[in-house]
Amino acid sequence: MKTKAGKLSKTAKNDMITYGMVIAAYIIVQILVSTGHVSSLVQGLLVPFCTYSIVAVALNLTVGILGELSLGHAGFMCVGAFTSAVFSLACKETLPSVPRFAAALLIGAASAALVGFLVGVPVLRLKGDYLAIVTLAFGEIIKNIINAIYLGVDAEGLHFSMKDALSLGMSEDGLMLIKGAQGVTGAPHDSNFTVGVVLLLITLFIVQHFIRSRTGRAVMAIRDNRIAAESVGINITKYKLIAFTISASLAGVAGVLYAHNLSTLNALPKNFGYNMSILILVFVVLGGIGNMRGSVIAAVLLTLLPEVLRSLNDYRMLIYAVVLIVMMIFNWSPNMIFLRKRVRQRLAAGREAGEEV
Amino acid sequence: MALLEIKNLGISFGGLRAVNAFDISVEKGQLYGLIGPNGAGKTTVFNLLTGVYTPDEGAIFLDGVNLTGKKTIDICRAGIARTFQNIRLFGDMPVLDNVKVGLHNHYPYSTFEGIFRLPRYYRTEKEMTARAYELLRVFGMEEYADHAARNLPYGQQRKLEIARAMATEPKLLLLDEPAAGMNPNETKELMDTIRFVRDHFDMTILLIEHDMKLVSGICEKLTVLNFGEVLAQGGTQEVLNDPEVIAAYLGE
Repeated sequence: MKTKAGKLSKTAKNDMITYGMVIAAYIIVQILVSTGHVSSLVQGLLVPFCTYSIVAVALNLTVGILGELSLGHAGFMCVGAFTSAVFSLACKETLPSVPRFAAALLIGAASAALVGFLVGVPVLRLKGDYLAIVTLAFGEIIKNIINAIYLGVDAEGLHFSMKDALSLGMSEDGLMLIKGAQGVTGAPHDSNFTVGVVLLLITLFIVQHFIRSRTGRAVMAIRDNRIAAESVGINITKYKLIAFTISASLAGVAGVLYAHNLSTLNALPKNFGYNMSILILVFVVLGGIGNMRGSVIAAVLLTLLPEVLRSLNDYRMLIYAVVLIVMMIFNWSPNMIFLRKRVRQRLAAGREAGEEV
Repeated sequence: MALLEIKNLGISFGGLRAVNAFDISVEKGQLYGLIGPNGAGKTTVFNLLTGVYTPDEGAIFLDGVNLTGKKTIDICRAGIARTFQNIRLFGDMPVLDNVKVGLHNHYPYSTFEGIFRLPRYYRTEKEMTARAYELLRVFGMEEYADHAARNLPYGQQRKLEIARAMATEPKLLLLDEPAAGMNPNETKELMDTIRFVRDHFDMTILLIEHDMKLVSGICEKLTVLNFGEVLAQGGTQEVLNDPEVIAAYLGE
């Protein structure tokens, strides 16, 4: 019975370390900002840190826990970003900032969840490479559709077109919500670092509790052996869809945070294209598949790195690539894993010796 | 009526008649063996029984309930559990969680309750953990609870697969070549485990096996399959001494 209690507290402790790390980082950054030690460049990165951490944790739920490769998470982020930005813009005058952002958050998460569900139904029948390719295509489709949407609101209600702004036929006092490829302009600036950290903590809370629940176990059982999971009465389709939908919805939350940190929101290859999806996957792989804390650390480091190296101009991406390779070796090479284990044992032995004295 | 009744079961894959006119009747509490040469259709029978394949004809009754053409998860709920020829565990998960996945349908709470840790989550998880430990204790595997299933010794992996199957609270347990890849000592231990499961849980067991020492040691009744058809059926000794069975399968 003793080992049982120890085991439970071990996983719980692990989760607590993750929350603690985020909170500690938040406090340190706040102190540094208030004492003026943070450059404006890094201050501008604080919300993106949270955005990318959230979407990395969301993708890790699909890749690490469900065990399926998705290359379309930028697409879910895009859905969350645009639906919430349109809502916030439309209610800019009528709602105060806090309830407006809360509602935008729910709308962004719910719409991304809905799209995740609709995409998941056909896509989750596929496996491995095929699933990756289809999700990749889906992400591109979402981005291109949004680039073609014109949406406006006036006294008569909503106007929608996929052609151009003129064919909306809006009255003079109408408000353009989405202007095709020009995106959404003038959505309120509701997100800040504190909101981002709170959302990151909520995301971690949801994902970590999910993993340690009955549903999470069923999902991991499917990942480890689909046939055996089915033979003990696990509904494969249902649990795959639950995990994928939650993952998409959390990517949508990251999109909401992203959208409310900009004055103009466009769907570009850079922010919602497949480059972004790959970048999110890089966070997940480098941070450790199935390791939520690692995803957060990798997302922050790899978002910070290109900005810090900006002064090196052309050598920037070269160094970025080298750092990626070094991190990969450090995380996954058997020799390094062995070395890390030995260092840890050495430290533990040292601590025990210290306690005896 | 017998616990398991299969009548006139048959399936073809393209032009190959894999199982033809298969009949079997297993009484409650029986230890029943299904033997035959490689490719005779034994595993196909198991796959038909557990809904992996849908039979072309014939009917399957468990405890009087018609299970023909049902889906795998419904058959599991109806009370048939199985193990696999090549062990299929949830390798990256702890041994305890493997058993808990087996308990999945008996200790329900929603995903929402799980994420927000509502009272039912704590209550159900506690009961579930206790039950999983109880099962591990029964199989003498309590000490392995925290180990990743993948890291267990081979014999223990087999045992865990049986424990996980028992967690689904079946009426009938199907074992597909449980002794495959085992040395004589492990096989002996396995025989004890199978007998123990039958006695302790009052379980009905249908098993496929090539190891004749195991078959003659624990099975009470046998069916011999050859080329998808029943070659012989009856008490173990009687079947094993049948000249036809010896010619087709056992050899002189």
